[in-house]
Amino acid sequence: MGIPGSGLAKGLAVTLRTMTKRTVTEQYPDVQPELPSRTRGVIGLFEENCTVCMLCARECPDWCIYIDSHKETVPPAAPGGRERSRNVLDRFAIDFSLCMYCGICIEVCPFDALFWSPEFEYAETDIHELTHERDKLREWMWTVPEPPPLDPGAEQPKEIAAAQKAADKLAAQQAKEAEEAAAAQQAESAQAESGQAGEAPQAKDAGEEA
Amino acid sequence: MSDTLAIVLRVLAVFVIFLVFPLVIGQTEHKVMAHMQGRLGPMYAGGFHGWAQLVADGVKFAQKEDIVPAGADRRIFQLAPAVALLPYLLVLIAIPVGPGNAVGQALDAGVFFVLAVMGVGVLGSLMAGWASANKFSLLGGLRTAAQLLAYELPMLLAAASVAMAAGTLSLPGILDAFHWWWVPWQIVGGLVFFTAGLAELQRPPFDMPVADSEIIFGAYTEYTGLRFALFLLAEYAGIVVLCALTAVLFLGGWHGPFGADGLGWLWMLLKTVVLAFGVIWLRVSYPRLREDQLQKLAWTCLIPLALAQIALTGVIKVVIS
Repeated sequence: MGIPGSGLAKGLAVTLRTMTKRTVTEQYPDVQPELPSRTRGVIGLFEENCTVCMLCARECPDWCIYIDSHKETVPPAAPGGRERSRNVLDRFAIDFSLCMYCGICIEVCPFDALFWSPEFEYAETDIHELTHERDKLREWMWTVPEPPPLDPGAEQPKEIAAAQKAADKLAAQQAKEAEEAAAAQQAESAQAESGQAGEAPQAKDAGEEA
Repeated sequence: MSDTLAIVLRVLAVFVIFLVFPLVIGQTEHKVMAHMQGRLGPMYAGGFHGWAQLVADGVKFAQKEDIVPAGADRRIFQLAPAVALLPYLLVLIAIPVGPGNAVGQALDAGVFFVLAVMGVGVLGSLMAGWASANKFSLLGGLRTAAQLLAYELPMLLAAASVAMAAGTLSLPGILDAFHWWWVPWQIVGGLVFFTAGLAELQRPPFDMPVADSEIIFGAYTEYTGLRFALFLLAEYAGIVVLCALTAVLFLGGWHGPFGADGLGWLWMLLKTVVLAFGVIWLRVSYPRLREDQLQKLAWTCLIPLALAQIALTGVIKVVIS
């Protein structure tokens, strides 16, 4: 700071350094932006998973999800059983002119039927055309990216943790069973050994020579 | 006959330079300024990195309606852009670009002619400011006048120092007398000349007369269409002239370093372009000087420096001879 005019030189240095760096301009219509996989672009509907539980529509803060459905009866699985009823989705629409992209519907869906997609090019010239129906929402499912890898040292997802626990339990049980079986076998062979004591070491020597 | 042809060719060459170089510098400014601010600048016009942006701008300006305000002094208002632009064309004729005869017209009093005519260019802004019948234009015009008064003096003094050193007022004559050690000898004068020239062109950071946040666009507020484009062109032609003149007076024009004088015009071109880059660089880096700071810089800093340079030149001149 001491030398007079050093501030002027510093200003020139800043602009010159910026000139040598990469520009930050996005050339959007020519080059698609690289969006992070958790981008909140649009909501996709995986309608095969939807059970018309209406949780999303009820939790939506601005009531922009429209769901229509009817019930169908399914014949009993086994003869003599009771008929079952099943919800069938007739209409699933999201009004993106109302949606505030809070993501509560996605959080609340118990059957993983709603997903964030980074797709964002769905501007319309008429506000009424922003209400998108289920076929459009289903199409957006194809643009949903793979979930990003977990941070190092992160807790495992609950599904995997539960499956791991079950697998561990099973493995422990199997190990226990194997142990018991081995113990039983040992006891059996100990009984047999009293009869043929000398044979085992000889067989070992033969194996080494071969 | 061949004399006439030669004159026509020279004038034509100067005219082509006059038309092309300001546009090249304008385009360079677009791009350099953009990258200094982390942007890309024009990318579409012409296909390759927006090279034709200024052509497109020109077409746009030509299509616009040419409006003269009702209260304006019609004739003066319409004449002002030409007065602003043409002096730079005249100056360009007198600037040598290469050794020997490579000059539009060699003048005995070249330095005198060049500085006098460059001063006329500023009159265009004054006329525009006065004739527009607009308060902002008038303010801009008066600021231009104040700036011209303040900065013409150090510019003249700095140029006089070089003329003293060379013992001639002729621009080719100055270059013939040039030695490499003139650069450190006249460096202070060179800086004063360049700074004062910037101020006279109303380039940032000396763009108080057109300060858009205060007085809209100063003297050019009422202009539209081609006349406005001519004012803008005058600014860039002014950059070309100022940079070429600084190169000739203080950096040895077509002289190359280490006696590499071949391809003289290339050295001249290189020096001019580097200086023009400097002009753009200064514009991007510095904020606008306030009116009082502007006057203070001229009267308390540049003029004493220029006088000191003249004293130094005189002393060394006497010591040498």
